[in-house]
Amino acid sequence: MSILPKTSRRDFLKLATAASGGLLLGFYWNDTAAGAPNVVGNMSLTPDDITFNSYLSIAPDGIVTILSPNPELGQNIKTSFPMIVAEELDADWSKVNVLQAALDTQKFERQVTGGSGAIPHSWERLRKAGASARQMLLEAAAKRWQVTTDSLTTSQSVVTHAASKRKATYGELAAEAGTLPVPATVTLKDKKDFKLIGQAIRNVDNHEIITGKPLFGLDFYREGMLFAVIQRPQAFGTKIKSVDSSAAKAMPGIVDVVTFKNNVAVVGKSTWQVNKARKALKIEYEQDGASESTPDHDKLFKTLLDSPEATVRRKDGDVDAAFKQATTVITREYQCPFLPHAPLEPMNFFAHVREDGVELVGPSQTPEMARNETAKLLGVPAEKITLELTRLGGGFGRRLKADYVLEAAELSSIIEAPVKVVWMREDDMTGGSYRPAVRYRFSAALNSQGEMIGYKLRGVGINAGNCTREDNFPSGAVDNLLIDSIEHKSPITTGAWRAPITNFLAFAEQAFIDEVAHAAKKDVVQFRLGLLDKAKRTPTGAVKYDIDRMKTVIQLAAEKSEWGKKPKVFQGFSVYFSHRSYVAQVAEVSMKSGKPVLQKIHAAADCGIVVNLSGAYQQVRGGIVDGLGHAFFGNLTFSGGAADQKNFNTYKLIRMKDVPEVDVHFVNNGIDPTGLGEPALPPTGGAVANAFFAATGKRFYNQPFDKQQDAIPQANIERM
Amino acid sequence: MAQYTLNINGKSYQADVDADTPLLWVLRDTLGLVGTKYGCGIAQCGACTVHLNDNAARSCTLPVSAVRNGKIVTIEGLSEKGDHPVQTAWNEIDVAQCGYCQAGQIMSAAAFLTKNPKPTAEQIDTAMQGNICRCGTYHRIREAVTLAASKLKS
Repeated sequence: MSILPKTSRRDFLKLATAASGGLLLGFYWNDTAAGAPNVVGNMSLTPDDITFNSYLSIAPDGIVTILSPNPELGQNIKTSFPMIVAEELDADWSKVNVLQAALDTQKFERQVTGGSGAIPHSWERLRKAGASARQMLLEAAAKRWQVTTDSLTTSQSVVTHAASKRKATYGELAAEAGTLPVPATVTLKDKKDFKLIGQAIRNVDNHEIITGKPLFGLDFYREGMLFAVIQRPQAFGTKIKSVDSSAAKAMPGIVDVVTFKNNVAVVGKSTWQVNKARKALKIEYEQDGASESTPDHDKLFKTLLDSPEATVRRKDGDVDAAFKQATTVITREYQCPFLPHAPLEPMNFFAHVREDGVELVGPSQTPEMARNETAKLLGVPAEKITLELTRLGGGFGRRLKADYVLEAAELSSIIEAPVKVVWMREDDMTGGSYRPAVRYRFSAALNSQGEMIGYKLRGVGINAGNCTREDNFPSGAVDNLLIDSIEHKSPITTGAWRAPITNFLAFAEQAFIDEVAHAAKKDVVQFRLGLLDKAKRTPTGAVKYDIDRMKTVIQLAAEKSEWGKKPKVFQGFSVYFSHRSYVAQVAEVSMKSGKPVLQKIHAAADCGIVVNLSGAYQQVRGGIVDGLGHAFFGNLTFSGGAADQKNFNTYKLIRMKDVPEVDVHFVNNGIDPTGLGEPALPPTGGAVANAFFAATGKRFYNQPFDKQQDAIPQANIERM
Repeated sequence: MAQYTLNINGKSYQADVDADTPLLWVLRDTLGLVGTKYGCGIAQCGACTVHLNDNAARSCTLPVSAVRNGKIVTIEGLSEKGDHPVQTAWNEIDVAQCGYCQAGQIMSAAAFLTKNPKPTAEQIDTAMQGNICRCGTYHRIREAVTLAASKLKS
């Protein structure tokens, strides 16, 4: 079984030995930790551990070890996955240890963090893993005591035979149970009997995090490893013309400077030395593609919005006829800029390409893809490549791509040495894979009763693919509807960014619906509920969202926020379905000395069963903070193909004082979990914008909001 | 390259590095104390926060040559067993999501509470304004600093 800490611990011991002998540049690991700090992970299996299945082992001392296969980037999967296994096992949680599993798709199948899909995908699989081990323990006890399994009960890692008052711990039964055949079918618990699922359970890595243990890719160290930074073209659409690395090569600590593809890698003995030497590189670039700037995109968007050529995504009824019949037509446009993901741990990966195989270690949301692409790049069979996952210092979609893994692997193969490629913040901000810039035009046709009889949406985006979600609300609720999109291909690279497309589309749609409801002279909550009732009663075309679930979160948010009942509090409403889950939000703004102040956001979320209440609660709050921060501040602009903002001094991320109170409520409907990594983010921009409108009468159309000084009296948000 | 003797977490360390090397990289690459994180390199995000003579300092812009005899404390040395009131509060409130920024948050909070053990909510916000949490755990950071302050009082 390949588990991270085994090799890591050995590496550490090697280092410690070297250090105690005074070798290696006075290299001392901190020794305040009891025992050896692992480079990654927190413990390893011992030979005594009895393996029951891919996920779990039980040691004779009763310690249950559960492997967590998916990349952990703050979504708390490393705690919630094992909780699901432990629930069905009836394990004593205080005796559960969790290990991050290395990439092993035969054992674990899907080892991906993306699309809010981990729990929905693995829910039943994890439950069965726990339940089948429990069944084997029951059978071992039944055999030992010569009783039937149905006369036995389990609780807190103990099997009890009540009639004879006999008890045996899982540790005592593990060796015997481990030899039994794995049951072909198992009975899962009735959900009402869940004891652990639904509780607030602390992050299993808390101790390591708060004491600064090496957990992350950037913390990984291997004896003899080299460090590298890579100078990539500063402007998209350019390529290397010439490289003069003589000055850089002569600098202290530099081992080599290597040019490959469009990269110049500076390799050396420490991060500081390679980064310093990188500044001494003399690289000339030449134009290789379009040189695009933000004002070009602004103009382009307007042209594309009027273009006769677009890809139709959904067409219901006769939209032209509906707009001709309309008594009121409302048309509004909304635009967002590119955004970097800016996880606080920048990209990095360790690679060691040897003759007998390839070793990769680091933070990836898609380790299997990283391995397969490395295999293709190097012409090495995938089974010769190992990939160990470290904890990810955030991801937000950036680590769904394997570019930074491939760079490390290619560099290691060229220099024939173990190397860790580290991205500086400037590399991360200028390196591409951004949330695409997009502009939308929405139009609504209202009849004299204020009913929405026609709806049009055109989305135009830069490397954004289909920048609409044509089957989302209000599709199905409007008789005549047309949704189309146009993509502009650009050298500026884009990628999935937390809640892809919907991270901005939701704001635009919910801000527009708010405006339409006002034009229809209806309460904005009742207007949405009315559309949902129509979609239920007389659906137009396919309805691919759950109307009842959406109505429920709307009603819960309205109830918890006392919608419309608070004097001097200006409320804004928003609701969105994404990634299988539903979240409604109410933002509250008050006027303070004539300035609008965002005070509070109420969220009502339906993600099915909540596995870990602590993780889930924070996931919603964190998603709201993320949505709020990027709606207000996030802005990456381009001049001549190069990003203008290169670090956090010019690219503003949300900070403590910008954060209002957030209240979270979950719909407890007992359905299997539907995911929560992303769905809380999309509704936030709309709720906040609609609340500012309620307070000031002015609307936001473009993000970031703080660039629209004319739209609100005060650009920055404050807390009371 | 020059030889520097550094007082870190109550111990003496030797480092043979260039004079302009920021303390952050000496800690991480030379001494293997990787609890202190790199986030931006320009003192904007606070992930690299350590204590220098009991004050919170951004180690990413502090050249090792400027440290001299200064007493440095990193997250690894904040307490022997990880039970400093701020660390305990961080665990109890379950602050971390990805966890990458939290060492810096904890070091900022610990230095702040030493100087102001009875802070108001506004003072907490001001003290923590320099530390970015990309996951958005700010609510829990507020709660944990408040809890840590109450632990320090008792």
